[in-house]
Amino acid sequence: MNLPWILLFLPLVVAAVCQLVLRKSAIVPLVATASAVATLVISFLLLGKTGTSAFDWATIGEFHLRIGIQLDRLSTGMMIVVTGVGALVHIFSLAYMKDDEGKARYFTGLAFFMFSMTGIVLADNFIMTFIFWELVGFSSYLLIGHWYQKESAADAAKKAFLCNRVGDFGFMIGILMLWGITGTLTFGDMQIPAAVSTATLSAAVLCIFCGAVGKSAQLPLHVWLPDAMEGPTPVSALIHAATMVAAGVYMLFRVQTSLGFEVFEELQASTVIAWTGGITSLLAALMATQQDDIKRVLAYSTLSQLGYMVMAVGFVHGEAGMFHLFTHAWFKALLFLGSGAVIYACHHEQDIWKMGGLRKKMPITTIAFGAGCLALIAVPGTSGFFSKELILDAAHEAGSPLFWIAAFVAVLTPFYMTRLFVVAFLGKPRSENAGHAHEVGPLMWVPLALLAVLAIFSGYSFINPLSPALPHHAGEFHLNLVAIVSLAALVIGVGTGWILYAGKDKDPVTIPLFRNRFYIDGIYDNFIVRYFQDALVAIVHFFDELVINGLMVGGLSRGAASFGNLFRKVQSGELQGYAFACGLGAILVIYFMVFL
Amino acid sequence: MASLNDYLLVSGLLFASGLFGVVLRRNIIIVFMCLELMLSAANLSLVAFSRFNTVNGLPDYNGQMLVFFVITVAAAEVAVGLAIIVALYRARQTIHTDELTSLKG
Amino acid sequence: MPSYLFWLFATVMLIGGAAVIAFRNPVSSALSVVTCFVGLAGLFIGLSAFFVGVIQILVYTGAVMVLFLFIIMLLDLKDEEKRAKGIAPLAAGVGLVIAFVVQLIGVLSRTPNKSAPALNQETLAAAAGHFPVGEKIATSLTAGRLPDVQLIGHTLFTQYNLPLQILGVLLLVATIGVVALSKKQAE
Repeated sequence: MNLPWILLFLPLVVAAVCQLVLRKSAIVPLVATASAVATLVISFLLLGKTGTSAFDWATIGEFHLRIGIQLDRLSTGMMIVVTGVGALVHIFSLAYMKDDEGKARYFTGLAFFMFSMTGIVLADNFIMTFIFWELVGFSSYLLIGHWYQKESAADAAKKAFLCNRVGDFGFMIGILMLWGITGTLTFGDMQIPAAVSTATLSAAVLCIFCGAVGKSAQLPLHVWLPDAMEGPTPVSALIHAATMVAAGVYMLFRVQTSLGFEVFEELQASTVIAWTGGITSLLAALMATQQDDIKRVLAYSTLSQLGYMVMAVGFVHGEAGMFHLFTHAWFKALLFLGSGAVIYACHHEQDIWKMGGLRKKMPITTIAFGAGCLALIAVPGTSGFFSKELILDAAHEAGSPLFWIAAFVAVLTPFYMTRLFVVAFLGKPRSENAGHAHEVGPLMWVPLALLAVLAIFSGYSFINPLSPALPHHAGEFHLNLVAIVSLAALVIGVGTGWILYAGKDKDPVTIPLFRNRFYIDGIYDNFIVRYFQDALVAIVHFFDELVINGLMVGGLSRGAASFGNLFRKVQSGELQGYAFACGLGAILVIYFMVFL
Repeated sequence: MASLNDYLLVSGLLFASGLFGVVLRRNIIIVFMCLELMLSAANLSLVAFSRFNTVNGLPDYNGQMLVFFVITVAAAEVAVGLAIIVALYRARQTIHTDELTSLKG
Repeated sequence: MPSYLFWLFATVMLIGGAAVIAFRNPVSSALSVVTCFVGLAGLFIGLSAFFVGVIQILVYTGAVMVLFLFIIMLLDLKDEEKRAKGIAPLAAGVGLVIAFVVQLIGVLSRTPNKSAPALNQETLAAAAGHFPVGEKIATSLTAGRLPDVQLIGHTLFTQYNLPLQILGVLLLVATIGVVALSKKQAE
């Protein structure tokens, strides 16, 4: 069982060595990349292994906090995703971040993120999950704020951290509730006592779901994810598309398997989860149709797809969600890295209306990006088709109105992706930067090509051994209602997108509601931030100024100063004064010693 | 023959006049002399104790030993002290204590 | 020592001490110190401490006070215009001295008085038994004389040998210190 421990701690060691020893050395990127590739190799070696291994991290009386590793299909499959995307992103970053001043810091952050993410995936108990959950949030904060000189990046990092904290608070309560109910924190030992009411259990699961809402950016805490696009694009690919945001879904599925599917079906919480996922997916898709920033389109698309996954978990078809997570990780990482290549080629231009005509300038990138698009819009034969089909199946099986919402999202997805692809890659260049773009180097396009292959084929049964969950009927295709609806949605979406956007130089449709993200950010800024946060800030500031600064720190120093001033007066500098004091002291000593 | 208390009284009075001089006078050399008076007053007490506590029929010479050491150390002290006073005078052109208040806080 | 001699020397000493404070001229003060020390030396001799009395004259009045006078004349000090500025130092000094004297009298009135043990031919001859026969101390003591210098030397070089050595080092350090102080000023 040494291999999983190496897998877990290698990135930590690398991060520590990079931060403490190598510092700004030029070999940091190479070391980090080598470590990522090594973890990928280890992940492949671990495939199919099962078992657990743990040690006590802290012991409080009878209570043991364990750091433990659970190997099963779910965790080993997820590790393939994490380390696979991770390794490719590392390689891509070698080129993408070549000229960045802080690249040593960047790669150290990536290594630390790999450690944190590995911890979540391998954890065999809730405490360890929670620890690494926070570490992931922290490394995400570091990486989003990589260009911290930019105010928007620093704000985005803060926003992501705070939104996650809100969710994590619920998560922690949920963990404690579940601990109270089952008496254990270890996933493998969880048994629901018969006496527990479904309402209590529902509350616990919903609290845990809060953690997933924060981390997987579901409504209403989704606002951080689009802003997180301020980070370097490879980071967006790794953290904000493929792995970290998927951690919420992963954790939910882990809880679902630990508690048992039958238990989940009974819970009201499942319905709440499904509806949260469905509505997130719908709103995010609507917002995505009106975004101009290439990364923001992808970010909302990620939100929408995460909504799908959460919805699948809510329908107690977590394996479908995990399967979608698996395929989505590849093609969304591909899309993000592809957009990264485009942005790099266009000299950090992110507005799709200032691109265009990239098809001729960047053929490999265009083909790879196209493959990602095909997978995302679920063209039959691509991986996205199989996995999305399973989720729609699950929704249809549940007989919920969410099926039609999901189907509508399936119309929107091809629509906005067609818009993105047509505007950015076809037509003619609409700006100087786009005109001067040229194909990126092999360090960039090789990962793209590999991901493109995976994006197309990861749904097929010969790749299935890698995936973290294998639903029934995976990779099969039956012509039924679901398939017909989804094909129709695809055709409608692509068709409308093409008709509306082919050959256009500026956006022919403007829907302020969608463009402004349903004003949710505005509401947060204007109400929660202004009335709630500012009031809190005022209180804290008052406390800080008056009590801490005024009384404790300032008071102490003023007390010392005035005390000192008092005694300064005694120091007259006159010799006679001192002699008198000395004599007086002697007389007092005699008085006390002899006469008292 | 005077008793021990007579000697101690005289010694105490000498010490008091020395202390008075130290507190009162502003000329640092006179302050210094008054310090010597105080030392000598202590010496007188010691010699009186030596004489009034006989050991084997002889005065207790331990007391006189202390007097001997005090006189020697006082001599050394005077040498160094006067050197310092001379240096001080060269630096400040005064040896009046009320004009030497640079230690004022 | 007869009582009247004690009071004579004590009066000389105390008047000398008071004169040190009273005179404005430093030279007068220094000469008063000399007077005071002469009286003090008389008291020492009255206490049969002949050696201490002699070095009091030799070291203090002879060397130390001459050094004082030398410095006073070197600095060419003028008379103080006023002994003290204002009433405060005077009041403080008087208060301090009165408190001290009151305490002194208080202590002395509580302690049992003691008159001097006899120091005559018989007691001295009896003390001779504690010293090796035939040596000078024993011989003198048997003859009824107090060999003060020999006894001090004996104590100094037997019981107080190490402090004596250390004192030598101290004097050396003082010498070097004075030289260093003077030299620095010369630069």
